[in-house]
Amino acid sequence: MVHLTAEEKAAVTHLWEKVNVEEIGGEALGRLLVVYPWTQRFFEHFGDLSSAAAIMGNPKVKAHGAKVLHSFSDGIHHLDNLKGTFSKLSELHCNKLHVDPENFRLLGNMIVIALAHHHGAEFSPSTQAAFQKVVSGVATALAHEISTVLQSGLSGMDIIYLELEDLKWPPH
Amino acid sequence: MVRFTAEDKAAITSVWKKVNVEEAGGETLGRLLVVYPWTQRFFDNFGNLSSASAIMGNPKVKARGKKVLTFMGEALKNIDDLKITFAPLSELRCDKLHVDPENFKLLGNMLLIVLAKHVGEEFTPEVQTAWQKLVVGAANALAYKYH
Repeated sequence: MVHLTAEEKAAVTHLWEKVNVEEIGGEALGRLLVVYPWTQRFFEHFGDLSSAAAIMGNPKVKAHGAKVLHSFSDGIHHLDNLKGTFSKLSELHCNKLHVDPENFRLLGNMIVIALAHHHGAEFSPSTQAAFQKVVSGVATALAHEISTVLQSGLSGMDIIYLELEDLKWPPH
Repeated sequence: MVRFTAEDKAAITSVWKKVNVEEAGGETLGRLLVVYPWTQRFFDNFGNLSSASAIMGNPKVKARGKKVLTFMGEALKNIDDLKITFAPLSELRCDKLHVDPENFKLLGNMLLIVLAKHVGEEFTPEVQTAWQKLVVGAANALAYKYH
């Protein structure tokens, strides 16, 4: 769980209202794939990732980036329950996709950089500190949730298959 | 060891020309102290670090930040030999100052954020990649003499 002061929550919410989630999401994911090329292995079915320009212009990267940042938005609105908010995504990324959790931190850093890049004037050190706490909290939530079988009638595996269906995974 | 391509070096040099070392240095160090408050322990004698604005306005923070980034500028002249350039600083931080090397990576990330903020359009993903390599290389060089 992440502990933000009232001022930090206000700073995060205030800046987030101005964020173009599609744009920042696409940019953050694109930068991750460019700066840390091993992360491309999770997106081999996305088509042309052969150069920085190809990656940044790739429509699947942009779409998936937007999706990622919409999830992140969810997190911003549920800072008191990041583990719950991200539990299904955590099961998926850890148990099915086998993503090294370090990559969640790297993506978090890319989100911070994209925010600094686009909202420079407003991205004060205290706003940055607040966002750093948020991305760190989200990375932890994505990494630490252990897969459990849900009691609600759907098994954990059913949920995961639904998520994969949503992501159109495996690719055809 | 970090290997810089010709494009990396060109990207680094091109951005460096636009950097106001005094301003960027102060902001980089200031942001480290604000975002990762435990780092303030190395600067207890710097006076008022009680708030973000106190830190960012603190003249000793600005001066030290300028010194740090000036050194980086010198290191860029021998970019393929970062370990050699940073060796004496590494020994100092290990033997005398007892700085956890993780903090060098954090400082490097702060520099990238400051560049993203100030350099604007030019901070493309390829440019970011080159600078990421540089700050990682510098952080590794600073940790190299640790034992």
